[in-house]
Amino acid sequence: MTNGLRDVAIVGIGATDYYKRGESWPRTTTEMACEAILNACADAGLSVKDIDGFAYYSGAGAGYGEKMDTADFMEILGIDEVTFTASLTSGGGGSAGSIGLARAAIVAGDATVVVTVMALQQAKQRLGSVFAAAPATPTNSFLQPSGLSGPGHLMSVLARRHMHLYGTTRDAFCEIALTERENAQTRPKARFRGTPLTRGDYFAARMIAEPLCLYDFCQETDGAVAVITTGIDRARDLKQKPVPVVATAHGGRREWGRAFGWMGMPDEYFASAGNKPIAERLYKQAGLEPTDIDVALLYDHFSPMVLMQLEDYGFCERGQGNDFVLGGNIRYSARPRAGQIPVNTHGGQLSEAYIIGMTHLLEGVEQMRGTAINQVEGAEHALVTGGPASLPVSGLILGKDA
Amino acid sequence: MVLATALPTEVIKIATDPTTEPFWQAAKERRLVAPRCGSCGHFRLPPTAYCPECQSGEVEWVDLSGRAQVYSFAVVHGFPGLPDITLVPAVVDLPDAPGARLVSNVIGVEPGTVEIGMELEVDFHPISDGWLLPVFRPVGAEQKESAS
Repeated sequence: MTNGLRDVAIVGIGATDYYKRGESWPRTTTEMACEAILNACADAGLSVKDIDGFAYYSGAGAGYGEKMDTADFMEILGIDEVTFTASLTSGGGGSAGSIGLARAAIVAGDATVVVTVMALQQAKQRLGSVFAAAPATPTNSFLQPSGLSGPGHLMSVLARRHMHLYGTTRDAFCEIALTERENAQTRPKARFRGTPLTRGDYFAARMIAEPLCLYDFCQETDGAVAVITTGIDRARDLKQKPVPVVATAHGGRREWGRAFGWMGMPDEYFASAGNKPIAERLYKQAGLEPTDIDVALLYDHFSPMVLMQLEDYGFCERGQGNDFVLGGNIRYSARPRAGQIPVNTHGGQLSEAYIIGMTHLLEGVEQMRGTAINQVEGAEHALVTGGPASLPVSGLILGKDA
Repeated sequence: MVLATALPTEVIKIATDPTTEPFWQAAKERRLVAPRCGSCGHFRLPPTAYCPECQSGEVEWVDLSGRAQVYSFAVVHGFPGLPDITLVPAVVDLPDAPGARLVSNVIGVEPGTVEIGMELEVDFHPISDGWLLPVFRPVGAEQKESAS
């Protein structure tokens, strides 16, 4: 395979255990991030001293309350010098795109071994009510008084519009939740391993922000994940099979940009996941089409946004997400039939753990290494997405080395 | 029958800056207004310093009729510290400010009767520090409950 960028590769992945919100205490954000970085180095066969770059997203924030800081990591881990340290702006929309930031550093010659890390410790402030807890600002004063107290509440308004325009049903959101829960059953670290979910459970669940119920919302978990990216030549000398970056993009259009809090988008953006411009750039970079993607790790903070990403990324037409999902096309199969696309084979943020998009990167890497627990046999390309959230949103196509 | 309300007065705090303050000053006088570009006539909400269509900084504050239409909405059950509250946050189109939308609440309504396209009219709900918040009721609905 020679398509796409393929000048850098992911060579190491590491994570901590995953905890229910707040239960990682007395572990701290920084300490968990350090463990993830050390684990990623061990996975790659690198010394932590080989790290010379940091590429974050979410402004190097850890959730919305805490910050990560490169100088802290250098001091704690004994990293002697960094030649690149930067972050994408805004929030979880940049998770997949942070690998593009790492690539930018490497291709420019600024750094050689770049780590991307996210950690979350929610003992003080849970993410689910983050908007309600935020102090009033001139901008959020046009949103906060409505009682849309967290990201899922906002997304429920987008989901309602999609249902109105296209006849999308809660059955499809249920199918997404059930699919991911089933995928989590084989995953040792999944928070909901051993807790299967039924259609009856779904429809009996508490409504949080209609049309969304409890099971449409992702978990609030604690933990940390780190990913190491390096140049393709060096990657080939390391411990693991390199997983080349085939395409990477972050950004988005103004019509979506203020989705969180503005709500002025025209229909084609309002009832979407805002990822269509990213999809177009990724496929063009990679020289691929949606049918070339073998496994899709779609940012799943809320189930309807999975459905809308299936449309944005061209797995089905706009407005066809309901029928596509209900047709059984996103279920895990080791040997999917044409037209099927296994989604969130790791259980996703709905059923494994929510580390603001990072678990999708881990699963994408494992699928390309061929070591995933729910492996798609012979998978050549994995799609990993970030967002849908405030811009940037982002995406990444991973591949296999020649 | 549960009727949707706004959040309690003391829970809602707003902040203003020179760009947004005219909106809130008008609301305090029970007027719904929207900023219209003084150069190209494009409406925009929330208020911003420049017109995104023509980059002009000129603004005219236009008094609106107070009519609105539900573009989309949620039915929210509970708020931090208020587990039993029922809210209908709604994104509303403003027919006399085309292109501008507000994120507000539909109040005094049984949540199950709200639908996209529903015609609304503005009301004003007291919030902290003496401000009033524009909220909406279904057109023609008898006032089932005070906005306070």
